[in-house]
Amino acid sequence: MPSLQSLRRKIAAFKNTQKITKAMKMVAAAKLKRSQDRILSARPYAHKMREVLSNLSRRVNRSSHPLLQKREVKKIEVLVVTSDRGLCGGFNGNIVRKSSEFVRQCEARGVHVNLSLIGRKGRDYFKRRSWPIRQEWTGIFDKLSFEHAIDIGGDLTENFVKGTFDELYVVYNEFKSAIQQRVIVEKLFPIDAQTEFGATQAEGQASGSYLYEPDEAGLLNALLPKHFQVQAYRILLESAAAEHGARMAAMDGATRNAGQLIKKVTLYYNKTRQAAITKELMDIVGGAEALK
Amino acid sequence: MAGKILLEVVTPEKQLLSQEVDEVIAPGSEGEFGVLPGHCHFLSTLKIGELRYRIGEQSNSMAILWGFAEVTPTKVTIMAEVAEKAEDISIERATEKVAEAERRLQAGGLPSEVKEAQISLEKARLRKKIAERAKKPGTH
Repeated sequence: MPSLQSLRRKIAAFKNTQKITKAMKMVAAAKLKRSQDRILSARPYAHKMREVLSNLSRRVNRSSHPLLQKREVKKIEVLVVTSDRGLCGGFNGNIVRKSSEFVRQCEARGVHVNLSLIGRKGRDYFKRRSWPIRQEWTGIFDKLSFEHAIDIGGDLTENFVKGTFDELYVVYNEFKSAIQQRVIVEKLFPIDAQTEFGATQAEGQASGSYLYEPDEAGLLNALLPKHFQVQAYRILLESAAAEHGARMAAMDGATRNAGQLIKKVTLYYNKTRQAAITKELMDIVGGAEALK
Repeated sequence: MAGKILLEVVTPEKQLLSQEVDEVIAPGSEGEFGVLPGHCHFLSTLKIGELRYRIGEQSNSMAILWGFAEVTPTKVTIMAEVAEKAEDISIERATEKVAEAERRLQAGGLPSEVKEAQISLEKARLRKKIAERAKKPGTH
């Protein structure tokens, strides 16, 4: 039987842990609010951009711009977006599992796969297992800005044009709601004509010619690099918001579990204490009886 | 009326506008263009300028700093880097900015700095113009 003192210590320890998880939950909630606002307001722009681009890609000649080219797929790159910090439940685990699975599928088809990693957690995981890593970005989620997206988008477009990879997929957590994230595998390069926007697709096909101003090449030159920056930005924001959501949920659960543990141990502590008192009483009564 | 067009203005920061309008005039990089319902498909880059749109008899405007416009017969999508509605711009701040940009332009410096100053002056002047116009209704 554990001593009363050790039980007391245990309860104190749980209480401390609970305080920490509670504080972390509060912090995550505050950050979630901010990043949620950001992603919700950035989404329409990114979606519109993609809509326009996929409309456009159906119409123009693919060979007219290096960023539109479709090549035979020999080399694939997978961009894995994880968080920089842990303690956010299954957030990173889900991503890592999904991307490993995806990479294995691609390799089974006989294509070469490279990884690009955003976020410290994914970097650590894949580095330890010595997967082929081409590029990594860590520590960007603390101060997320469009600059990062320009950086990442620029690197990706450059390498696509250079032929470092023929297709690029992104694996990231999409922010569905404060307590729900969805792991998404999305193809970023090359741009696909089909989108989830059924209506615009029909609309686009119905129409014939398109006017461009300035000319097609000038427009594509302006539009395409921008598109990838915007998409990179959106993905970063999605992931950031999802991370805070996941952490909030995880810390909420942890706080609740700590509460339950405290209850259980306190009950046990009181029982033990009572048992000790009862035993002592019986001893006294027994001693008094013996003296008679 | 031959129907309306849906005008959507989005920036990376937020969706600024989604409204049925009768006419849109946008600052294309090769000159302003007007859009009425039933316009043919059209895609253009935008420069720094004023976006005007009309709902019935009422005209509105906002400042646009670069971006793209996609026009379909029923819809105009403006994707701007920065967009501000006329009523959201403060004249005082805009005037201040004009002065500041002019000062920077006078100070000179590297060619890139001068260029930057020129652009910010253009932006500031545009803001000021639009804001002032919005304060005096009926002068459109």
